[in-house]
Amino acid sequence: MSDALLDKLRGLVGKPAGPPFRAWDAVNQAMIRHWCDAVGDTNPIYTDPVEAAASVHGQIVAPPTMLQAWTMKGLVPPPSDGDGAQAELMALLDGAGFTSVVATNCEQEYTRYLHIGDELTAESVIEDVSPEKHTGLGDGHFITTRTDFRDQNGDTVGTMRFRILKFKPPEKQEKKVPRPAPPRNQDNAFFWEGVDRGELLIQRCSACGRLRHPPRPMCPNCQSLDWDTVKSTGRGEVFSFIIPHYPQVPFLDYPYVVAVVALEEGTRLISNVIDIDPHAVEIGMPVEVRFTKVDDELTLPLFAPVKA
Amino acid sequence: MTGTLAGKAAIAGIGATEFSKDSGRTELRLATEAVKAALDDAGLAPSDVDGMVTFTMDSNDEIEIARSVGIGELTFFSRIHHGGGAACGTVHQAAMAIATGVAEVVVCYRALNGRSWSRFGAGVQRRQPIPNADGVHYGWLVPFGLLTPAQWVAMFAQRYMHVYGASSVDLGAVAVADRRHAANNPSAWFYEQPITIEDHQASRWIVEPLHLLDCCQESDGAVAMVVTSVERARDLRQPAAVIAAAAQGAGPDQESMTSYYRDDMTGLPEMGVVARQLWAQSGLGPEDVRTAVLYDHFTPFVLVQLEEFGFCDRGEAKDFIAGGAIEIGGRLPVNTNGGQLGEAYVHGMNGISEGVRQVRGTSVNQVGGDGAVLVTAGTGVPTSGLILTSDN
Repeated sequence: MSDALLDKLRGLVGKPAGPPFRAWDAVNQAMIRHWCDAVGDTNPIYTDPVEAAASVHGQIVAPPTMLQAWTMKGLVPPPSDGDGAQAELMALLDGAGFTSVVATNCEQEYTRYLHIGDELTAESVIEDVSPEKHTGLGDGHFITTRTDFRDQNGDTVGTMRFRILKFKPPEKQEKKVPRPAPPRNQDNAFFWEGVDRGELLIQRCSACGRLRHPPRPMCPNCQSLDWDTVKSTGRGEVFSFIIPHYPQVPFLDYPYVVAVVALEEGTRLISNVIDIDPHAVEIGMPVEVRFTKVDDELTLPLFAPVKA
Repeated sequence: MTGTLAGKAAIAGIGATEFSKDSGRTELRLATEAVKAALDDAGLAPSDVDGMVTFTMDSNDEIEIARSVGIGELTFFSRIHHGGGAACGTVHQAAMAIATGVAEVVVCYRALNGRSWSRFGAGVQRRQPIPNADGVHYGWLVPFGLLTPAQWVAMFAQRYMHVYGASSVDLGAVAVADRRHAANNPSAWFYEQPITIEDHQASRWIVEPLHLLDCCQESDGAVAMVVTSVERARDLRQPAAVIAAAAQGAGPDQESMTSYYRDDMTGLPEMGVVARQLWAQSGLGPEDVRTAVLYDHFTPFVLVQLEEFGFCDRGEAKDFIAGGAIEIGGRLPVNTNGGQLGEAYVHGMNGISEGVRQVRGTSVNQVGGDGAVLVTAGTGVPTSGLILTSDN
């Protein structure tokens, strides 16, 4: 959380959210009727002059919950809306990465019933900005705007507190793609089973003793099909290496180093060099094996610089 | 020339589609267009064809093309593995079929939407290996993020540069030469777009130590050629490009692109196998070569090929190519079509077409004289090569 940001946001508290807005239309029967129709409210005091006259009100009144409806600005707000603290607040939050918005709750207080012909004006102020909160949607700030509704005489007829959460959309939860596991068959399973146990094994011809990697079923030196293994010290040096940048695959973090590692025993293998700035890797650099669990399923023999 | 293959067959026709990034049509259609164009160039009818050769990587069965183009009975059909290493191998197999009487007119082809369909440079990143030999091979690479052709080659390049003191600027000389040649070639994607060494150095890293401009394009397009006997070629529409030598080669401890387990990682022994055969068959040597089309999916292996063919000693290619030596007007102009960096990546087949044009005297960057033309195929893989000469 940035205190500097919160200070700036809080500096806008108490300031007008925007210029006062005078309702396009006076309170009128047509809008009341449509509202009641839409919400299914059949109370006759809103639409029936006779029943309304006989009520405590003595005349048609508007449903109190219509309060905000009278001063709605329409689909395209007036350009002057960009001038107030509301726009400034939103810009600050957008700039800090809080780019998403959701309305969380709205409280309304009604001072008096509205009558046909009342002309309303809405004035909004920024009432509160919360510190950064951790929410289910993401981290964000709650912003409360208070709107006072006044009639043609300047008397308050109602108040609304409207609260939004302006939040950082969470990083797209890409399913962590695992590194593709090397396939195992009768020729090479010993190597990966050794890695699973934390051993780096090298295939050795039982007949002539020659080491070979990657594993093969037959010794290219003496054509024997018999073999066993020796356990490598896991120490070697970088014989060559690359730093891939493009194209990028989801199972790796860039940049990384792929190296051909020459083991002390004389065989080579392909691996990653880790625990070092990629650009500090050099041919000839001594490295040693680090059995690394790259995900729940897979352990790989990676290499790190030998500590001096 | 010696042996039963040298000088027996000739490339009598070449054809191609346009080279683009989005052909807007199927690979099969591209293949048929190129095959028909090659037959037209030779002045042959589809019904004259009795043999077809392509890559195992090509998605178009020879029988599909034969049905589509109206080629009838086939007595010879063959596929070659190892990606771009197959390029000159297609002509090699065609020449063998012709020299042995197995076939009389053989079409070699390759068609790919290498940019608009499956991006060719993406490598094997989506491969979930299965436990056959091929899957196990990739199982040593993929979990460590060694996924793309550029990465496979960069591993060799880093070692080569370390051992011989070559620099990225040295590699860039290849790109500058290719793009200079492409700039004159209306068929090239990078027609009229030469680059400087500064452009090369400023281009972004794809995989250190290779910049973007060390890498060939991904292209859509197709190339085909017609191979027949030298005798028959003499009766056809175009001057024959005689196959003075043709060879394939795989080296000891060979892998496809990742032969990192040999004692030395700075050479291309498989290309050495090709080179020795080409010189022996043709009776020629490096000094007889007027111009070469050296496979250039990535710049570093152009240097190594010059060494394998004996144009210079080991590690001295950076000096050999300096000062524009492989550009038009230099001592050995290389990739006069713009290569695969400049013209298009059609898996080496467009390089064979350029070799034919050099023999005919119709290249946009024609190299004077009547010396031989060397063409090579994919590097880092089991590969192939050709020496083409005029029919004198």
